Amino acid sequence: MTVRELSGRGAATILAALLALTALTTAVAYADLGRFAAAVAIAIATAKALLVAFYFMELRASSRVVRVYAAAGILFLALLLLGTLDDSVRRLPASDETPAGASR
Amino acid sequence: MSDAAGSPVAEPFEDLEQERAARRLGMWVFLATEVLFFGGLFTGYAVYRAGHPAAFAEASRRLDVLLGALNTSVLLTSSFTMATAVRLAREGSGRRARAWLALTAALGAAFLAVKGFEYAEKFRERLVPGASFGVEGPHAPAERIFFSFYFVMTGLHALHMLVGLGVVAAVARRLRDDGPVELAGLYWHFVDVVWIYLFPLLYLVSRHA
Repeated sequence: MTVRELSGRGAATILAALLALTALTTAVAYADLGRFAAAVAIAIATAKALLVAFYFMELRASSRVVRVYAAAGILFLALLLLGTLDDSVRRLPASDETPAGASR
Repeated sequence: MSDAAGSPVAEPFEDLEQERAARRLGMWVFLATEVLFFGGLFTGYAVYRAGHPAAFAEASRRLDVLLGALNTSVLLTSSFTMATAVRLAREGSGRRARAWLALTAALGAAFLAVKGFEYAEKFRERLVPGASFGVEGPHAPAERIFFSFYFVMTGLHALHMLVGLGVVAAVARRLRDDGPVELAGLYWHFVDVVWIYLFPLLYLVSRHA
Protein backbone atom coordinates (compact mmCIF):
# COMPACT_ATOMS: atom_id res chain seq x y z
CA MET A 1 0.00 0.00 0.00
CA THR A 2 1.75 3.12 -1.17
CA VAL A 3 0.72 6.35 0.52
CA ARG A 4 0.52 9.08 -2.07
CA GLU A 5 2.06 12.05 -0.33
CA LEU A 6 0.20 15.32 -0.14
CA SER A 7 2.78 17.95 -1.12
CA GLY A 8 3.17 21.19 0.79
CA ARG A 9 1.56 23.08 -2.06
CA GLY A 10 -1.26 20.52 -2.24
CA ALA A 11 -1.97 20.91 1.49
CA ALA A 12 -2.02 24.71 1.13
CA THR A 13 -4.53 24.40 -1.72
CA ILE A 14 -6.80 22.24 0.44
CA LEU A 15 -6.56 24.78 3.28
CA ALA A 16 -7.46 27.62 0.89
CA ALA A 17 -10.52 25.66 -0.30
CA LEU A 18 -11.56 24.94 3.31
CA LEU A 19 -11.31 28.62 4.28
CA ALA A 20 -13.21 29.69 1.16
CA LEU A 21 -16.02 27.22 1.95
CA THR A 22 -16.14 28.57 5.52
CA ALA A 23 -16.62 32.10 4.16
CA LEU A 24 -19.25 30.80 1.72
CA THR A 25 -21.33 28.97 4.35
CA THR A 26 -21.21 32.04 6.61
CA ALA A 27 -22.28 34.35 3.76
CA VAL A 28 -25.19 32.20 2.55
CA ALA A 29 -26.52 31.95 6.11
CA TYR A 30 -27.50 35.62 5.71
CA ALA A 31 -29.48 34.91 2.54
CA ASP A 32 -33.09 33.83 2.76
CA LEU A 33 -32.89 30.26 1.50
CA GLY A 34 -36.11 29.24 3.22
CA ARG A 35 -36.35 25.56 3.95
CA PHE A 36 -33.21 24.81 1.94
CA ALA A 37 -30.96 26.70 4.38
CA ALA A 38 -30.17 23.62 6.47
CA ALA A 39 -29.55 21.43 3.41
CA VAL A 40 -27.13 23.99 1.93
CA ALA A 41 -25.25 24.35 5.25
CA ILE A 42 -24.96 20.55 5.62
CA ALA A 43 -23.84 20.16 1.99
CA ILE A 44 -21.04 22.73 2.40
CA ALA A 45 -19.97 21.16 5.71
CA THR A 46 -19.88 17.74 4.06
CA ALA A 47 -17.73 19.08 1.22
CA LYS A 48 -15.29 20.41 3.84
CA ALA A 49 -15.36 17.15 5.82
CA LEU A 50 -14.62 15.14 2.64
CA LEU A 51 -11.65 17.40 1.81
CA VAL A 52 -10.24 16.85 5.31
CA ALA A 53 -10.94 13.09 5.25
CA PHE A 54 -9.60 12.38 1.75
CA TYR A 55 -6.55 14.67 1.78
CA PHE A 56 -5.47 15.44 5.37
CA MET A 57 -6.59 12.03 6.74
CA GLU A 58 -5.31 10.40 3.51
CA LEU A 59 -8.42 8.36 2.87
CA ARG A 60 -7.74 8.66 -0.87
CA ALA A 61 -4.53 6.66 -0.40
CA SER A 62 -5.83 4.30 2.29
CA SER A 63 -6.40 0.57 2.03
CA ARG A 64 -9.86 -0.77 1.26
CA VAL A 65 -10.36 -2.05 4.81
CA VAL A 66 -9.71 1.45 6.22
CA ARG A 67 -12.27 2.89 3.81
CA VAL A 68 -14.80 0.26 4.87
CA TYR A 69 -14.36 1.25 8.53
CA ALA A 70 -14.65 4.95 7.71
CA ALA A 71 -17.83 4.26 5.74
CA ALA A 72 -19.21 2.05 8.54
CA GLY A 73 -19.09 4.94 11.02
CA ILE A 74 -21.02 7.15 8.60
CA LEU A 75 -23.48 4.38 7.68
CA PHE A 76 -24.46 3.73 11.30
CA LEU A 77 -24.74 7.46 11.99
CA ALA A 78 -27.06 7.73 8.97
CA LEU A 79 -29.21 4.84 10.27
CA LEU A 80 -29.38 6.48 13.71
CA LEU A 81 -30.38 9.85 12.23
CA LEU A 82 -32.85 8.60 9.64
CA GLY A 83 -34.52 6.08 11.92
CA THR A 84 -34.96 8.62 14.70
CA LEU A 85 -36.10 11.49 12.51
CA ASP A 86 -38.51 9.38 10.48
CA ASP A 87 -40.31 8.60 13.72
CA SER A 88 -40.09 11.92 15.58
CA VAL A 89 -40.90 14.23 12.66
CA ARG A 90 -44.16 12.37 11.96
CA ARG A 91 -45.12 12.05 15.59
CA LEU A 92 -44.31 15.51 16.94
CA PRO A 93 -45.60 18.41 14.84
CA ALA A 94 -43.42 21.53 15.01
CA SER A 95 -44.58 23.18 18.20
CA ASP A 96 -43.56 26.79 17.59
CA GLU A 97 -44.63 27.36 14.02
CA THR A 98 -47.19 29.96 15.12
CA PRO A 99 -45.91 33.55 14.90
CA ALA A 100 -43.97 34.67 17.94
CA GLY A 101 -46.21 35.88 20.74
CA ALA A 102 -49.43 34.67 19.04
CA SER A 103 -50.29 32.33 21.87
CA ARG A 104 -49.06 31.21 25.25
CA MET B 1 8.64 0.38 18.38
CA SER B 2 11.50 -2.02 18.95
CA ASP B 3 11.51 -5.35 20.74
CA ALA B 4 14.19 -7.24 22.64
CA ALA B 5 15.62 -8.82 19.49
CA GLY B 6 16.43 -5.37 18.13
CA SER B 7 13.97 -5.62 15.27
CA PRO B 8 11.95 -2.45 14.62
CA VAL B 9 8.82 -4.56 14.12
CA ALA B 10 6.65 -5.31 17.16
CA GLU B 11 5.89 -8.91 18.15
CA PRO B 12 2.84 -10.18 16.21
CA PHE B 13 3.68 -8.48 12.91
CA GLU B 14 5.65 -9.81 9.95
CA ASP B 15 6.95 -6.48 8.74
CA LEU B 16 6.80 -2.78 9.46
CA GLU B 17 4.24 -2.03 6.76
CA GLN B 18 1.85 -4.62 8.20
CA GLU B 19 2.29 -3.17 11.70
CA ARG B 20 1.56 0.34 10.40
CA ALA B 21 -1.53 -0.79 8.54
CA ALA B 22 -2.80 -2.41 11.75
CA ARG B 23 -2.17 0.73 13.82
CA ARG B 24 -3.85 2.90 11.22
CA LEU B 25 -6.89 0.60 11.09
CA GLY B 26 -7.06 0.60 14.90
CA MET B 27 -7.27 4.40 14.90
CA TRP B 28 -10.01 4.37 12.26
CA VAL B 29 -12.00 1.83 14.31
CA PHE B 30 -11.72 4.17 17.30
CA LEU B 31 -12.80 7.12 15.16
CA ALA B 32 -15.85 5.16 13.94
CA THR B 33 -16.93 4.77 17.58
CA GLU B 34 -16.32 8.50 18.06
CA VAL B 35 -18.64 9.27 15.14
CA LEU B 36 -21.41 7.50 17.03
CA PHE B 37 -20.40 9.08 20.37
CA PHE B 38 -21.02 12.52 18.84
CA GLY B 39 -23.79 11.08 16.64
CA GLY B 40 -26.19 10.67 19.55
CA LEU B 41 -25.90 14.38 20.29
CA PHE B 42 -26.30 15.34 16.63
CA THR B 43 -29.43 13.17 16.46
CA GLY B 44 -30.91 14.73 19.59
CA TYR B 45 -30.14 18.16 18.17
CA ALA B 46 -31.87 17.28 14.87
CA VAL B 47 -35.02 16.08 16.65
CA TYR B 48 -35.36 19.25 18.74
CA ARG B 49 -34.47 21.56 15.85
CA ALA B 50 -37.16 19.89 13.71
CA GLY B 51 -39.62 20.40 16.56
CA HIS B 52 -38.68 24.00 17.39
CA PRO B 53 -37.35 25.66 14.20
CA ALA B 54 -38.20 29.24 15.18
CA ALA B 55 -36.72 28.97 18.68
CA PHE B 56 -33.53 27.37 17.34
CA ALA B 57 -33.17 30.17 14.76
CA GLU B 58 -33.66 32.81 17.46
CA ALA B 59 -31.26 31.17 19.92
CA SER B 60 -28.62 30.64 17.20
CA ARG B 61 -28.64 34.39 16.48
CA ARG B 62 -27.51 34.99 20.08
CA LEU B 63 -24.14 33.35 19.26
CA ASP B 64 -21.26 35.45 17.93
CA VAL B 65 -20.94 34.37 14.29
CA LEU B 66 -17.63 36.23 13.79
CA LEU B 67 -15.96 34.40 16.68
CA GLY B 68 -17.42 31.13 15.40
CA ALA B 69 -16.09 31.70 11.88
CA LEU B 70 -12.73 32.82 13.28
CA ASN B 71 -12.45 29.66 15.38
CA THR B 72 -13.44 27.50 12.40
CA SER B 73 -10.62 29.07 10.39
CA VAL B 74 -8.16 28.60 13.27
CA LEU B 75 -9.03 24.90 13.52
CA LEU B 76 -8.86 24.32 9.74
CA THR B 77 -5.44 25.98 9.70
CA SER B 78 -4.32 23.72 12.56
CA SER B 79 -5.26 20.70 10.43
CA PHE B 80 -3.02 22.09 7.69
CA THR B 81 -0.11 22.55 10.12
CA MET B 82 -0.72 19.02 11.48
CA ALA B 83 -0.66 17.53 7.96
CA THR B 84 2.58 19.43 7.34
CA ALA B 85 4.12 18.04 10.56
CA VAL B 86 3.23 14.48 9.50
CA ARG B 87 4.78 15.02 6.05
CA LEU B 88 8.00 16.41 7.57
CA ALA B 89 8.20 13.57 10.10
CA ARG B 90 7.95 11.06 7.23
CA GLU B 91 10.72 12.86 5.39
CA GLY B 92 12.88 12.50 8.49
CA SER B 93 12.97 16.22 9.37
CA GLY B 94 12.19 15.68 13.04
CA ARG B 95 13.17 19.17 14.14
CA ARG B 96 10.98 20.91 11.58
CA ALA B 97 8.14 18.49 12.28
CA ARG B 98 8.39 19.43 15.97
CA ALA B 99 8.08 23.13 15.10
CA TRP B 100 4.92 22.49 13.05
CA LEU B 101 3.50 20.39 15.89
CA ALA B 102 4.14 23.32 18.26
CA LEU B 103 2.31 25.60 15.82
CA THR B 104 -0.57 23.10 15.68
CA ALA B 105 -0.80 23.05 19.48
CA ALA B 106 -0.67 26.86 19.59
CA LEU B 107 -3.59 27.08 17.16
CA GLY B 108 -5.50 24.49 19.22
CA ALA B 109 -4.87 26.55 22.37
CA ALA B 110 -6.02 29.70 20.54
CA PHE B 111 -9.25 27.92 19.60
CA LEU B 112 -9.85 27.00 23.25
CA ALA B 113 -9.07 30.55 24.38
CA VAL B 114 -11.70 31.99 22.00
CA LYS B 115 -14.14 29.29 23.13
CA GLY B 116 -13.50 30.22 26.77
CA PHE B 117 -14.10 33.89 25.97
CA GLU B 118 -17.39 32.95 24.28
CA TYR B 119 -18.46 30.84 27.27
CA ALA B 120 -17.75 33.78 29.59
CA GLU B 121 -19.89 36.02 27.37
CA LYS B 122 -22.76 33.54 27.49
CA PHE B 123 -22.56 33.42 31.29
CA ARG B 124 -22.68 37.23 31.39
CA GLU B 125 -25.64 37.30 29.02
CA ARG B 126 -27.40 34.69 31.21
CA LEU B 127 -27.70 32.23 28.32
CA VAL B 128 -26.50 29.24 30.33
CA PRO B 129 -29.36 26.81 31.06
CA GLY B 130 -30.14 26.76 34.74
CA ALA B 131 -31.85 28.81 37.41
CA SER B 132 -30.46 32.10 36.08
CA PHE B 133 -31.34 31.48 32.40
CA GLY B 134 -32.35 34.95 31.24
CA VAL B 135 -34.24 34.43 27.95
CA GLU B 136 -37.90 35.37 28.08
CA GLY B 137 -40.75 35.12 25.61
CA PRO B 138 -42.71 32.30 23.99
CA HIS B 139 -39.61 30.47 22.75
CA ALA B 140 -37.73 30.51 26.07
CA PRO B 141 -38.16 26.79 26.93
CA ALA B 142 -36.95 25.63 23.50
CA GLU B 143 -34.13 28.20 23.50
CA ARG B 144 -32.99 26.68 26.76
CA ILE B 145 -32.82 23.31 24.98
CA PHE B 146 -30.76 24.87 22.17
CA PHE B 147 -28.25 26.23 24.67
CA SER B 148 -28.09 22.86 26.45
CA PHE B 149 -27.07 21.32 23.12
CA TYR B 150 -24.67 24.21 22.50
CA PHE B 151 -22.81 23.75 25.77
CA VAL B 152 -22.78 19.94 25.77
CA MET B 153 -21.70 19.60 22.12
CA THR B 154 -19.07 22.36 22.16
CA GLY B 155 -17.98 21.21 25.64
CA LEU B 156 -17.46 17.62 24.50
CA HIS B 157 -15.62 18.96 21.45
CA ALA B 158 -13.42 21.17 23.66
CA LEU B 159 -12.63 18.12 25.81
CA HIS B 160 -11.46 16.34 22.64
CA MET B 161 -9.31 19.37 21.84
CA LEU B 162 -7.67 19.13 25.28
CA VAL B 163 -6.96 15.44 24.70
CA GLY B 164 -5.58 16.37 21.26
CA LEU B 165 -3.19 18.90 22.82
CA GLY B 166 -1.92 16.18 25.18
CA VAL B 167 -1.49 13.75 22.29
CA VAL B 168 0.41 16.32 20.21
CA ALA B 169 2.74 17.06 23.14
CA ALA B 170 3.33 13.31 23.62
CA VAL B 171 4.15 12.49 19.99
CA ALA B 172 6.37 15.57 19.61
CA ARG B 173 8.87 13.81 21.89
CA ARG B 174 9.12 10.65 19.80
CA LEU B 175 9.53 11.77 16.22
CA ARG B 176 12.22 9.23 15.32
CA ASP B 177 9.28 7.03 14.30
CA ASP B 178 6.63 8.72 12.15
CA GLY B 179 3.92 6.21 13.17
CA PRO B 180 2.66 7.93 16.35
CA VAL B 181 2.52 11.39 14.77
CA GLU B 182 0.47 10.02 11.88
CA LEU B 183 -2.09 8.54 14.32
CA ALA B 184 -2.17 11.80 16.30
CA GLY B 185 -2.88 13.55 13.00
CA LEU B 186 -5.86 11.29 12.26
CA TYR B 187 -7.34 12.10 15.68
CA TRP B 188 -6.67 15.84 15.31
CA HIS B 189 -8.33 15.97 11.86
CA PHE B 190 -11.34 14.04 13.18
CA VAL B 191 -11.88 16.62 15.93
CA ASP B 192 -11.65 19.27 13.20
CA VAL B 193 -14.36 17.47 11.19
CA VAL B 194 -16.69 17.47 14.21
CA TRP B 195 -16.31 21.24 14.45
CA ILE B 196 -16.90 21.60 10.67
CA TYR B 197 -20.46 20.38 11.40
CA LEU B 198 -20.91 22.12 14.77
CA PHE B 199 -20.20 25.57 13.30
CA PRO B 200 -23.12 25.74 10.80
CA LEU B 201 -25.50 23.74 13.01
CA LEU B 202 -25.04 26.01 16.04
CA TYR B 203 -24.01 29.42 14.66
CA LEU B 204 -25.71 29.55 11.26
CA VAL B 205 -29.24 28.18 11.79
CA SER B 206 -30.67 31.36 10.33
CA ARG B 207 -28.96 34.72 10.08
CA HIS B 208 -31.27 36.59 7.70
CA ALA B 209 -34.10 38.83 8.97
